[in-house]
Amino acid sequence: MNIALTHLQRLEAESIHIFREVAAAFAKPVMLYSVGKDSSVLMHLAMKAFYPAKPPFPFLHVDTTWKFREMIAFRDQMQQKLGFDLLVHVNEDGVRDNINPFDHGSNTHTHVMKTVALRQALDKYGFDAAFGGARRDEEKSRAKERIFSFRNAQHVWDPKNQRPEMWKIFNTRIAAGESIRVFPLSNWTELDIWQYILQEDIPIVPLYLAKERPIVERDGMLILRDDERMQLRPGETVENRMVRFRTLGCYPLTGAIDSDADTLEAIVGEMLTARTSERQGRLIDRDEAGSMEKKKREGYF
Amino acid sequence: MRHIMAKSLAPTDAVRDYLAAQERKSLLRFLTCGSVDDGKSTLIGRLLSDTKQIFEDQLATLERDSRKHGTTGDDIDFALLVDGLEAEREQGITIDVAYRFFATPKRKFIVADTPGHEQYTRNMATGASTADLAIVLIDARQGVLRQTRRHSIIASLLGIRHIVLAVNKIDLVGFDEAVFKRIVADYGQFSRELGFQTIVPIPMSARYGDNVTVRSDRTDWYSGPTLIEHLETVSVDEAAVELPFRFPVQYVNRPNLDFRGFAGTIASGSVAPGDEVVVAKSGKSSRVRRIVSHGGDLQQAIAGQAITLVLDDEVEVSRGNMLVSPAARPQVADQFAANIVWFDEHALLPGRSYILRTETDQTSATVTDLKYRVNVNDFAHEAAKSLEMNEVGICNISTRSPIAFDPFAENRTTGAFILIDRITNATVGAGMILHSLRRAENIHWQSLDVGKRGRADMKNQRPAVFWFTGLSGSGKSTIANLFEKKLFATGRHTYILDGDNVRHGLNRDLGFTDADRVENIRRVAEVARLMADAGLIVIVSFISPFSAERRMARELMADGEFVEVFVDTPFEECARRDPKGLYARALNGEIKNFTGVDSPYEVPEKPEIHLKTLGKSAEEMVEALEHWLIERDIAEDQYDSGGGI
Repeated sequence: MNIALTHLQRLEAESIHIFREVAAAFAKPVMLYSVGKDSSVLMHLAMKAFYPAKPPFPFLHVDTTWKFREMIAFRDQMQQKLGFDLLVHVNEDGVRDNINPFDHGSNTHTHVMKTVALRQALDKYGFDAAFGGARRDEEKSRAKERIFSFRNAQHVWDPKNQRPEMWKIFNTRIAAGESIRVFPLSNWTELDIWQYILQEDIPIVPLYLAKERPIVERDGMLILRDDERMQLRPGETVENRMVRFRTLGCYPLTGAIDSDADTLEAIVGEMLTARTSERQGRLIDRDEAGSMEKKKREGYF
Repeated sequence: MRHIMAKSLAPTDAVRDYLAAQERKSLLRFLTCGSVDDGKSTLIGRLLSDTKQIFEDQLATLERDSRKHGTTGDDIDFALLVDGLEAEREQGITIDVAYRFFATPKRKFIVADTPGHEQYTRNMATGASTADLAIVLIDARQGVLRQTRRHSIIASLLGIRHIVLAVNKIDLVGFDEAVFKRIVADYGQFSRELGFQTIVPIPMSARYGDNVTVRSDRTDWYSGPTLIEHLETVSVDEAAVELPFRFPVQYVNRPNLDFRGFAGTIASGSVAPGDEVVVAKSGKSSRVRRIVSHGGDLQQAIAGQAITLVLDDEVEVSRGNMLVSPAARPQVADQFAANIVWFDEHALLPGRSYILRTETDQTSATVTDLKYRVNVNDFAHEAAKSLEMNEVGICNISTRSPIAFDPFAENRTTGAFILIDRITNATVGAGMILHSLRRAENIHWQSLDVGKRGRADMKNQRPAVFWFTGLSGSGKSTIANLFEKKLFATGRHTYILDGDNVRHGLNRDLGFTDADRVENIRRVAEVARLMADAGLIVIVSFISPFSAERRMARELMADGEFVEVFVDTPFEECARRDPKGLYARALNGEIKNFTGVDSPYEVPEKPEIHLKTLGKSAEEMVEALEHWLIERDIAEDQYDSGGGI
């Protein structure tokens, strides 16, 4: 027989296998849905894994209240179209204390509105397994993480003491209160993600495509002024610029790049000549050395 | 940090062409292994750098980190690219496996950078389990070391058939061909028995890039390929698609009464609608009606694809079973021999019960016989009573229910398993099945006409196993004796198995090491089970310090028959009573492995009966036991007359 699977077929099969394993072995799984391109791919794979049934778990969006408005609109559209069970969680303590990226800095904001919020939501619903869209090519502490990544009852990751992960035989056993974070896209690269989006015609938030947008240049980053909460500093102006985003998060913490790539093909073309990694646009990774590992140990995805 | 203006280059067609070319590339998964400081991480950093996988911002971070943690003076320390954990950068070592991705115009690669330290061998095994090729690094100044051998043996056991022998730091021995030749000969001699199909030795300097991606002009005596040339062209095809059809059922998809699909990943072979398939464990056969997929039914599916099958008949299949080719079936057995690599700091003990997991099946398992341990230096087979962390051994394994499998040498997917500790849930070992010891279908239980129920009814009682556990001197024997007297007086049929007495007969060959304690309990539990089968009320009075063995005993008995009785007397009180003078001697160091002194006692978490003896009489304790027995018999009578079973 002279047939072989393509690279994307292999990646897809591996991810589907992981989805099914969790559905079979855990009592209460959830998929973390961040609305970004990796989440879109993850959602598409989940739909495939359980077809003709719907994915047997809900999708959880941790809303920091600072996401781009277009992300929220896209999230609700997808929910309507696909009919999945969507849970939205906001850290009400953070809202009460008016935690925001401008007054408290990216570190505190991310910790309170994202990491703590996620822990609250996982505890509230008692989820024992949570899918995330992290990839090993994103960042070097992620390159070290298992596909099935164990968390103790306090949601803490112990990077020095991970369970061995042999073949495709996953150890899904946990005690009460403990949980597993599961990363079906572990072995995908950024290029694979785009290629798959193109091949499968997967909808993504339009912010990934270049368009004229109201931009403020601040601390060397191009920030889209998404609403009036972003106050202009002396000397700053809003100018319309042709930009797009390589990753999406909280709008005050996410830098755009100048680009005229307004189609998926153009994005891939642009990526091929890119000289910086995609996380370069993320302020939170540069807060301090080893910052991603620190956040992950505390429960950040 | 400056943002950048990206050039949007190519017209759409060019991008499409490029992507089509990417799709046709094959993938090679490999790992780097070898001893500490042989330069594994440096080599990967060099590969990523020379194949242009490192972005400007990453390079800037790397330069900053090199100044802070680097071990290469003013040069960039490439190891810092892969040593992603803070502890790793601080200590300058690799602790866990890192996965990195790169591509050349010819091939895509996933590389696992694995740690060299012996204590992190399990992380090396993790990286090796999904790899097709191993780069074994050797420091040219050091030659073949203990870890070089250990990693090569583990790579071989895990099914890796292709080796690159990277004789690294060749610059530090003056690019001397004689050194290279000697190391290659040493390794060739050592690895003869490891079954590698190819071993390609390359002299290189990962730090300076000699023979990594560019041919070195300082090794003009070497005419072989550069590392990257070899990686781009080596053929590692396993051709799983050529093997008989194996489909481990992972998930039964049943959204409504009209649809019942079996979801899983094809381990080997291929399948098409109309094909006959057999359920491995039951031997029932059926035909494939549809291969359901999101984008429409498939006409064929091959090894590696994650699919959903719908069968013609309503055959009984659940997760853990396997759909297979009728012409070439897997083995189904509950006893088999396997290679084991042990990961846990608590040694593997024959007789102890572990959870065995294959890709989709799970059952409990014990090692019935540790045949030998493999010495990683010279392959000598050494007798061993336990397998310590990072050791490799050959064992006979017995599972509670039969599993379907192929020998690992024939099928890497259906021949592998892991072992999990029942209490900590840690992954404690990995296993590669060699062969079954006897086919499960050939052993039939002798069916007996007189049953357990009949034997118990004749005695007008329900069988039970009261399992007394507690420290030496806690009062187990005193309470057990009194309890038996009371039962005897009311016409019950009983027997006491006492730790000291059994050690004079049945278990006279056992000592007090952890391994012997496990075997001691296993035998007593089996005897207690036979006695319960005979209809008796059995009272077992054993220190039984490990919860794993108490749990094993519990699982041998029928539901509701095992009564764990924790005789709870504080250590100080036991030592004060010291009826046999043992504590005095143990505390003096005259007795080794004494429970509570230099050997642990694991307190029962949920005993059926918890007897706190301080300040109470044995009479009061026995009343609690009698009360429990009466309550149970009343409950079961009600259940029976309610038409249960």
